[in-house]
Amino acid sequence: MREITYREAIREALSEEMRRSPRMIIMGEDLLPGGGSFGMHLNFGELFPGRMIETPISEAAIVGTALGAAMTGGPVVAEIMYSDFMTVCMDEVVNQAAKIRYMSGGQARVPLVVRTPYGIAKGIAAQHSQSLEAWYAHIPGLRVAMPATPADAKGLLKTALRGEDPVIFLEHKLLYNVKGPVPEDGEHLIPFGCASVARSGTDLSIVATGLMVSKALEAADTLAAEGISAEVIDPRTVSPLDWDTIFASVEKTGRALVVNEATLFGSIASEIAATIGEKRFNALDGPVRRIGSPFVPKPSTPGLEKLSVPSALDVVRIAREMMPRRRAA
Amino acid sequence: MDNDLTPERLVGFWRDMLRIRAFERAAVYQSSLGKIYGALHSYEGQESCAVGICGALTSEDYVASTHRGHGHSIAKGARMDRMMAELFGRETGYCKGKGGSLHIADFSCGMLGANGIVGASYAIAAGAALNAKISKNGRVAVAFFGDGAVTRGTFHETTNMASLLKLPLLLVCENNDYAQYMHRSETMVFDNVADLASNYKIPGVQLDGNDVRAVFRAATTARERALAGDGPTLLELKTQRFTGHSSGDPQVYRTKASVDELRRTRDPIAAFERELMDAEMLGDGDAIRAAVDAEVAAAVAFAEASAYPNDEELFSDVYA
Repeated sequence: MREITYREAIREALSEEMRRSPRMIIMGEDLLPGGGSFGMHLNFGELFPGRMIETPISEAAIVGTALGAAMTGGPVVAEIMYSDFMTVCMDEVVNQAAKIRYMSGGQARVPLVVRTPYGIAKGIAAQHSQSLEAWYAHIPGLRVAMPATPADAKGLLKTALRGEDPVIFLEHKLLYNVKGPVPEDGEHLIPFGCASVARSGTDLSIVATGLMVSKALEAADTLAAEGISAEVIDPRTVSPLDWDTIFASVEKTGRALVVNEATLFGSIASEIAATIGEKRFNALDGPVRRIGSPFVPKPSTPGLEKLSVPSALDVVRIAREMMPRRRAA
Repeated sequence: MDNDLTPERLVGFWRDMLRIRAFERAAVYQSSLGKIYGALHSYEGQESCAVGICGALTSEDYVASTHRGHGHSIAKGARMDRMMAELFGRETGYCKGKGGSLHIADFSCGMLGANGIVGASYAIAAGAALNAKISKNGRVAVAFFGDGAVTRGTFHETTNMASLLKLPLLLVCENNDYAQYMHRSETMVFDNVADLASNYKIPGVQLDGNDVRAVFRAATTARERALAGDGPTLLELKTQRFTGHSSGDPQVYRTKASVDELRRTRDPIAAFERELMDAEMLGDGDAIRAAVDAEVAAAVAFAEASAYPNDEELFSDVYA
């Protein structure tokens, strides 16, 4: 299969769906100059005249307007340049888009996708580096996707654009240039709530989201060399979560380690860990462990920034602690 | 669309204003009997605003409303019985009882919902207008809001963007002088909401919201401008609320005498009724009054006779 980057996979999903749905529009800040902030819309101005809505720096108006357009038409993509900026349109996301279907007794349909880059990058500090997925996943009515691979980015985005629920689509900035095999198929659709087993194993289940999937896989290589067989589960969407796949893995391995980039306190990792403990206690050989970012804002300087996010080494270290002690030969 | 203010049309405006007032009085009364669970924000006193604006719209045009939204729903064509059932929390309500007063919506007549968040209507209406512009469906959208919502940042964000994109949008400020309990002189440094329009390079028109004809004409002009592709218009309707902010408001911030004075001198229905009678358009109006009373009584009966939603409804309509 041909390999393309995560960025190209997202661009491909957008352009395929723009062709498929003549009513689809994309709105946001700086969509077209240079192909957009992350080069996502190269040539879209020529390809889709009148359907790329350039907006001022007005996040509340962007998401609110995208919602109104989605309720009466759609699909609509609203791009928020950094997910940290979602904090200035949270009324539109949380009180409006998430709830209008319920509040209206099912009258409203909301084919709206808010695409937004999240996570650590390179020294861009506390207001451009956050992973706030737990905020959105906490809200009934929202769907939250966190693709970890180019193929998943394409397939999840296409599914999001064909649905009628508001989706917060979280793209990791450090994944944009990562390459991977991506089906050229215009019907490459990945359902929400369907985890992928990124690596099979028998001794330990590592549930990891977003960028942390690659850290977990890197850790699993190291652990394999030590004779520890780790299974890596990527939920792909954190709302809904695929409990069946997570539980099946834990039942098989008896050990669960949950890893996310977000601040650990109140995180999706914590939610997954608590649920495994509550629902599969008898399958566990030891306590569920969690890894997330420490309870500090993201610093800019490289040494501290590195300390502020989980690493593959952190995963290896905790995984080792979870395994039974081997007797000295 | 017939924009002529024929006698039939004017009598229709009067009837719709009566319908709104009768609905609101019935709702407040039923609330006082304990039959309505949640809070109400009565539209009484502002009836000519909704009727004049919605009178200039087609049933396909969109309206995004506020917490004080019953009048907008009725004027836009929503049914009183399903509205009352919603207030009563019944399954036959517009939102199956899950929205209540703050979220009554009837998408079938373009009513995109009342809203519990002050200043949320602008962008939702702008989005409906954006979709109308892109799909060239010949519709316009109206954002209703109060003077208290003008101090939200969303007003600036949306008005600037809507003007930039030349959206077919009517921004309709119902200026009743109060942001919940605070008089606008205590919350705004500008005297007139309409004055803000010039900064956004759109027309800003201040008018007496009690003059239903003037409101209708201004909305008609704004709608024509919107459909011509010239962008939004800001209308500031000077109006007044005859009740407190919500059903539980003791109104310590104004005297009872001042409210009585408003009711005596600034009742949009009474003044209009006199005009219609003087012009011999109305007769005694008793048949219409009786029909309105019957409609409201039937709405209350419908609501009372309707069942509460099943427990399973708790979980439906969260997702598609």
